Amino acid sequence: MPEFLNPILGTIHGFGAELLGATLWTVVWTVIKIVILLAPVLFMVTYITLAERKIIGFMQVRYGPNRVGFWGILQPLADAAKLLFKELLLPEKADKVIFLLAPALTLVPALIAWAVIPFAPGLVLADINIGILYILAISSLGVYGIIMAGWGSNNRFSFLGGLRSAAQMVSYEVSMGFTLIPVVLLSGSLNLTDVVNAQKSVWFVVPLLPMFVIYFISVVAETNRSPFDLPEAEAELVAGFITEYSAMSSGLFFMGEYANMILVSFLGSILFLGGWLPPAEFLSFIPGIIWLGIKAGLLLFVFLWIRATFPRYRYDQLMRLGWKVFLPISLLWIFITGLGVLLFGKA
Amino acid sequence: MAADLVFYFFSVIVVGAALGVIVSRNQVHSVLFLILAFFNTAGLFVLLQAEFLAALLVIVYMGAVAVLFLFVVMMLDVDFEELRRGAMQHLPMGIAVGAVLLVEFIFILNGVHVDGPAQAAGVPVTNTMAIGQLMYTRFLFPFEIASLILLVALIGAVVLTLRKRKGVKRQDISSQIARTREEAVKLVQVASGEGAKP
Repeated sequence: MPEFLNPILGTIHGFGAELLGATLWTVVWTVIKIVILLAPVLFMVTYITLAERKIIGFMQVRYGPNRVGFWGILQPLADAAKLLFKELLLPEKADKVIFLLAPALTLVPALIAWAVIPFAPGLVLADINIGILYILAISSLGVYGIIMAGWGSNNRFSFLGGLRSAAQMVSYEVSMGFTLIPVVLLSGSLNLTDVVNAQKSVWFVVPLLPMFVIYFISVVAETNRSPFDLPEAEAELVAGFITEYSAMSSGLFFMGEYANMILVSFLGSILFLGGWLPPAEFLSFIPGIIWLGIKAGLLLFVFLWIRATFPRYRYDQLMRLGWKVFLPISLLWIFITGLGVLLFGKA
Repeated sequence: MAADLVFYFFSVIVVGAALGVIVSRNQVHSVLFLILAFFNTAGLFVLLQAEFLAALLVIVYMGAVAVLFLFVVMMLDVDFEELRRGAMQHLPMGIAVGAVLLVEFIFILNGVHVDGPAQAAGVPVTNTMAIGQLMYTRFLFPFEIASLILLVALIGAVVLTLRKRKGVKRQDISSQIARTREEAVKLVQVASGEGAKP
């Protein structure tokens, strides 16, 4: 955090504590910090939709949206307005409570996981000692929104989409979890700030390149993105678990998907690409948060690039890749990393 | 004071959700209530500063076990009304088991003093570290036994379900790659009006 902000923050702190009392002020201050964290996240979520359409348009030699505002810059706002004013349809035989709870349960885990992401030294909402475990725990909750949506819709296409997604997310969470263990072994900490600090000499992507590749493919599968977007494979399942959703309730699913995508890109940059650390020492005059943004942006671009390039996997191929290819490789790499740490010491 | 409020918040939800598990008529709702109870129990763990246990509870029980529960309950069409019909006959048995558990809990609560977080011992270790150190030194043997039992269960599940069926099309990637042009494609000269002959 820049030094010049400290006196200003101190003044605000003192004023607030005097006005509301210490306990209540802590609550209010935390809420303010959460808002400051989530506003840019939601901004990124809205604008990644435009970036996606523009980039895929570019790759397919089209223009992409270019009517609303200059260069289509207001397109996400138009989309949001459209979704908000559309009618919310409730299927007659749906389980109403579960049907309406599901979109919220998809979006909320994608947002609360941001609490432990360090953007720069000290710039983190909750600097907890089990950051990596927290991320794993929260990301394992995302599956409930989808499986509840599938079941609550009372529609066979939705149900099949939900079940597929549950199996897919559980499978790829295993391989994603295993790719994080070598990182923890090398850094000797579950705290994300410590993980970044441990990469000062060399980014973990160098010793752990296969793990980085597996991590990235696994999170593409976890976020249900193409080429693993089986839960919503249009050709066989209409739109999967989103079939019965309309207006903002389906919008929430998409927001959850994009928020997750941005989250795992930031996480991948922190775990493997050195987080806020600059690639070379003489570049350290550029603030760390910008470096983190650039790295995460690159990963996000790969997400979109993959979507424009690859055909969709078949379901059995997806399962084979997760269990029979990624799992043995990552287990082996845990062993190799452990051996390396034993022989040569930590990073 | 604030911690007390949070404690009651979590516990009320845990108890309510646990009641929901046994009284709700829809079995999927039961499982979802169970998951709610798990999540709030994890909240109670955090309140005890046992954040490692909380994370494990969420990852293992909510992320894996309960998802599979939900999977099975949604897929199988179990008629729970049928199962529940004779429940009143078993009430004395249930009360007896509950009473035994209650007595055990009271004994444990009287015997063990909760000393608060690990930091109270004056050693600056996080509880993740403390658990790891104990598990791989003092409790290494029970830990290995437990993992062996899990391994046996794992292999058992594979052995029980693995069967070779005939007529199932499987993708064998090595044989796909090993295919040559000669064995896959046959060029024939087709005379016009006659069609290809096998």
